Amino acid sequence: MKSTRFVVLIIALIPMIFLTGCETNMVVFEPQGPVARTITDLINWSLAWMLLVVVVVFSLFGYIVWKYRERPDNMDYEPPEEHGSTVLEIIWTAIPILIVIALTIPTVQALYDLEEVPEGYEDKEPITIHVTAADWKWIFSYPEQGIETVNYANIPEDTPIHFKLTSASTMQSFWIPALGGQKYAMAKMETEMYLVADNPGSYVGKNSNFNGRGYAGMEFEVLAQTHEDFNQWITDVKETAPELTEEEYEELLKPTHLGRLTYANTHLEWVDHANMHSKTYTNPELYRYHGYQGKTFEEEDNYRNKETNLEHNGHHSDEDDEHEGHGGEHDGH
Amino acid sequence: MGIKWDEFFITGDPLILGAQISIALTMIGIVFGLTYLKKWNWLWTEWITTVDHKRIGIMYIISAVLMFFRGGVDGLLMKAQTSRPEMEFLSSQHYNEIFTTHGVIMILFMAMPFLIGLMNVVVPLQIGARDVAFPQLNALSFWLFFSGAMLFNISFVIGGSPDAGWTSYFPLAGKEFSPSIANNYYAIALQIAGIGTLMTGINFIVTILKMRTKGMTLMRMPMFTWTTLITSVIIIAAFPIFTVALALMTFDRLFGTHFFTVSGGGMDMLWANLFWLWGHPEVYIVALPAFGIFSEVIATFSRKSLFGYKSMVYAIVGIALLSMLVWVHHFYTMGSGPAVNSFFSITTMLIAVPTGIKMFNWLFTMRKGRIKMTTAMLWSLAFVPCFTIGGVTGVMLAMGAADYQYHNTLFLVAHFHYVLIPGVVFAVFAGLYYWWPKMFGHLLNEKLGKWHFWLFVIGFNVTFMPMFFLGLSGAARRTYTFSAESGFAPLFLLSAMGSIVLAAGFAVFCYNIYWSLRYADRNISSDPWDARTLEWATATPVQHYNFAKLPEVKSLDAFWFMKKNNEGLTLKDSEIEEIHMPSNSGQPFIMCVLFGISGFFLVFEWSIAAAVAALGIFAGLIYRSFDYNDGYHIPVDEVRETELSWRNKKGEAHKHVS
Amino acid sequence: MSANVNTSLPLEYQSGQSRMNILGFWIFLGAEIALFATLFGVYAVLSGRYAGGPTHQDIIMIREVMIQTILLLTSSFTCGLAIFEMRRGNKNELIMWLVITLLLGAGFLYMEINEFIHYVHIGASMQTSAFLSSLFVLLGTHGAHVTFGIGWAILVIIQLIKRGLTSVTARKVFIIGLYWHFLDVVWIFIFTFVYLKGLVL
Repeated sequence: MKSTRFVVLIIALIPMIFLTGCETNMVVFEPQGPVARTITDLINWSLAWMLLVVVVVFSLFGYIVWKYRERPDNMDYEPPEEHGSTVLEIIWTAIPILIVIALTIPTVQALYDLEEVPEGYEDKEPITIHVTAADWKWIFSYPEQGIETVNYANIPEDTPIHFKLTSASTMQSFWIPALGGQKYAMAKMETEMYLVADNPGSYVGKNSNFNGRGYAGMEFEVLAQTHEDFNQWITDVKETAPELTEEEYEELLKPTHLGRLTYANTHLEWVDHANMHSKTYTNPELYRYHGYQGKTFEEEDNYRNKETNLEHNGHHSDEDDEHEGHGGEHDGH
Repeated sequence: MGIKWDEFFITGDPLILGAQISIALTMIGIVFGLTYLKKWNWLWTEWITTVDHKRIGIMYIISAVLMFFRGGVDGLLMKAQTSRPEMEFLSSQHYNEIFTTHGVIMILFMAMPFLIGLMNVVVPLQIGARDVAFPQLNALSFWLFFSGAMLFNISFVIGGSPDAGWTSYFPLAGKEFSPSIANNYYAIALQIAGIGTLMTGINFIVTILKMRTKGMTLMRMPMFTWTTLITSVIIIAAFPIFTVALALMTFDRLFGTHFFTVSGGGMDMLWANLFWLWGHPEVYIVALPAFGIFSEVIATFSRKSLFGYKSMVYAIVGIALLSMLVWVHHFYTMGSGPAVNSFFSITTMLIAVPTGIKMFNWLFTMRKGRIKMTTAMLWSLAFVPCFTIGGVTGVMLAMGAADYQYHNTLFLVAHFHYVLIPGVVFAVFAGLYYWWPKMFGHLLNEKLGKWHFWLFVIGFNVTFMPMFFLGLSGAARRTYTFSAESGFAPLFLLSAMGSIVLAAGFAVFCYNIYWSLRYADRNISSDPWDARTLEWATATPVQHYNFAKLPEVKSLDAFWFMKKNNEGLTLKDSEIEEIHMPSNSGQPFIMCVLFGISGFFLVFEWSIAAAVAALGIFAGLIYRSFDYNDGYHIPVDEVRETELSWRNKKGEAHKHVS
Repeated sequence: MSANVNTSLPLEYQSGQSRMNILGFWIFLGAEIALFATLFGVYAVLSGRYAGGPTHQDIIMIREVMIQTILLLTSSFTCGLAIFEMRRGNKNELIMWLVITLLLGAGFLYMEINEFIHYVHIGASMQTSAFLSSLFVLLGTHGAHVTFGIGWAILVIIQLIKRGLTSVTARKVFIIGLYWHFLDVVWIFIFTFVYLKGLVL
């Protein structure tokens, strides 16, 4: 009797929660651009197969448990000796392999597609935006337009946006669920992704990779605009926004929550955090708020060592020369 | 070295203050109780110094239950905090600490010791041995685990809890972003516990390979023994990686090296790779023995041999091999390129194949059986549908491109709870209800057991099912709060309510232990479930030498056929011989204390003090090298007396004839 | 448990417990392989990350490393001779070869410590760069193993002197022999992948 209750319950529970689930907006199933759509299609494809698996296993389970449960009238039934069945075992090895193949092909296809400009947009000139994640804010630099924003990004609709991601501090994950999947932003290296927004609209973006005390507030807005609006916005920013200075930028990188900021230049003029040999913008003293304090370490490549900072300015491109120079220093020993 | 006393104890939080007071009161209570009841001597001679695998197993299980409580309280606090939008119950910092300790404790200090405890109790019995290969090393393994667990657990009252997540990703966990000593606890406590686990792995491989009783070939071993063997192999392959990763973390944090730092050319991705190179096999280290438990329970209560025994064995081996080849699926989003992501998508999805084989084998074991709905069996039954949901969502997550949308969301969190709770916790409960009489000589109450079961299973589904939908709605994991506009509120509230039911289930379980300990019938047969494997071929509870005469095995499910053919159940007087057993030793416990002290100093970065304490560890090793204690012999009379006390009773299959 | 005695086997394998200890130690060495493989992996990943600090070519002193290598390889050979004498039942020769092994090991260790001091002296400490962190930890882990092995072997020699050649002491000698050869193999990998490769690339 217990088994019936159990089976009924499990079966009843799932649609119940499904229904409550549908009330909230499942953003993953409402893609607003070709990249997100690729992923949604893949998810739907996998959902169909997985539903099949669930139905088969659940019905088999329900049937077997119901039919062979111990009852007062079958107490003298002694189950047969049975050690397996090669045919059956081959079947339930082969079918999962086929399902895996059915899922693998579109997965691999999508993995390769997502690295490229989405299909149908190849001939459109992409816009490059450098995304720099910091504790706990997002900095967007538009090198072609020469402007920089904090915690929001405006993009033109129907245009591939080439995001180049890096971090000035911890590892973060850049995610605009309505437009596409996520990718990590890591210090001293660069990851990249293409996103396209079909229509004008405002989309939530966030960091999904835990990075400390201020993590929950690391959201930003992506505003897709018509081309005219976008160009107008660029012009406005260039006319009205202030210039970002190096001192201000260092202040910006401290672990704080900031509102929206806009500048008429980019920090790429003096530092690109994606460069492996760039200065390190860390300051452990600003993170002392919890527990027993341990020792920290002085780093040679820290931005606060100003005298070497000057030497670094301007020649990120020839860091190879620079490192050979360092090696040379030790040749004498 | 200048101790900063004002930072030593964590102050200012009423919750932590409450915990500090209750810890102090509990300690005083325990000390007072032991003194009042004059139990210190008993505690020392019977438990702390024991090398008996069954008692070590019981100590593991007791620790695991306590850790389950601690991890569970962490979980409830998280659920309380996210039950409403913009809740101000916990601060963001406090929430971060709690989900970190919840993860670490549940995996390393709850799941692992529960399963290692059951392995300790059951495996030597299942292979017809009198102990493990290295009994004293076994005790040391336990005490090192205990040392690590205690060190980790004091962090929240002394010095500060680790707060970088159970994955402790760099550079966040490094000194550049976490200058407090809190994350040293992670690096050092886990290291100490990890050494213990590694030694357990060695111990069980040798035990299973070398100490099987006559006639028990590898292909006649019970499935739980098989899974223990393979799990131990994974431990040997995977734990050294974690040892290295933690050591490098310690170097980065204590000595300023540049393995995972932002500055000096360090590489944060390297930590993620090393962590998951251990971390993914770790999932199977806890899942495989759990599968073994289900195999035993399902076969026993269906009154049938396990369907497709051989394919089960191959499936475990297959899972073990694949488990080492899938670690990158934890960070598809790191941008390693489509080729790498494709490879790891395929290997990950392939794990579904051996797991599917196991699932169908379990179903077909029940087919044509006579399924007895005991509590142990109910847990095994509930496992099938719940784990299937965990499994299919796992396949969905395995698809690299789709994972870009699931990664780091509550969808992922729901998935791994759907794998680990049915896959491990249900198994542990099944195992406890099933093997409880072997440990304590009485059953757990079945009626309370069913309350426990229904509350827990319903609570579990209500807690974690909504998280799938939250994840698909864009809710990232580890966020301490969410806005009202996000629309997440109803599902979060439902999930929080589920967690209360879940907790009620656990409370019933604890009450069941208490009730059964006091009131359960002690007059039960040595084989209350009509079971199939050798652990039931001896007394209940098991006498400390396990078997007066080592049984001889002629087939799979040896005990079942011994009963059927009425072979090997009787013990003749002439067959009784002296039994050689290892002596107790206080050394493992002393090593535990020394490791704990040394580790504590190291956590606080007092290197010299730690080095001095480490000298004690070396002294212990030297002492052990010169220790030639060869154990002792149990005289024939004592064995005969013990055997007579349980054989020949009414309803007892085992006989004693003179 | 140790009743399972088989006198037809070599002394160190005779008791059942000894056979289990030796198997257990082999498995432990398996874990050690995983440990060193991880360290080599870490080194391989980080070895190009000089962070403006010294490179391989700046610091490696190949002559000293060659001497270290010869010392350790010879010690592995003398360790083999020790086991050979043990099998023949010659306790004194066994002890003699063990002592020689340890002296060679100590010589290796002395040179390695000097090498480390030299590195730090020319500004190449483990804090300097990721490359040096991984180099120091890889070499240091091996060196710590050698140190531990020397201390352990001394304990075994004391037991040999006190108790003579029994199945238990023979097993202990045999196990430490396995350990010593293992460290030698690890060193060969270090020599190839750290020093030779560092000089060439």
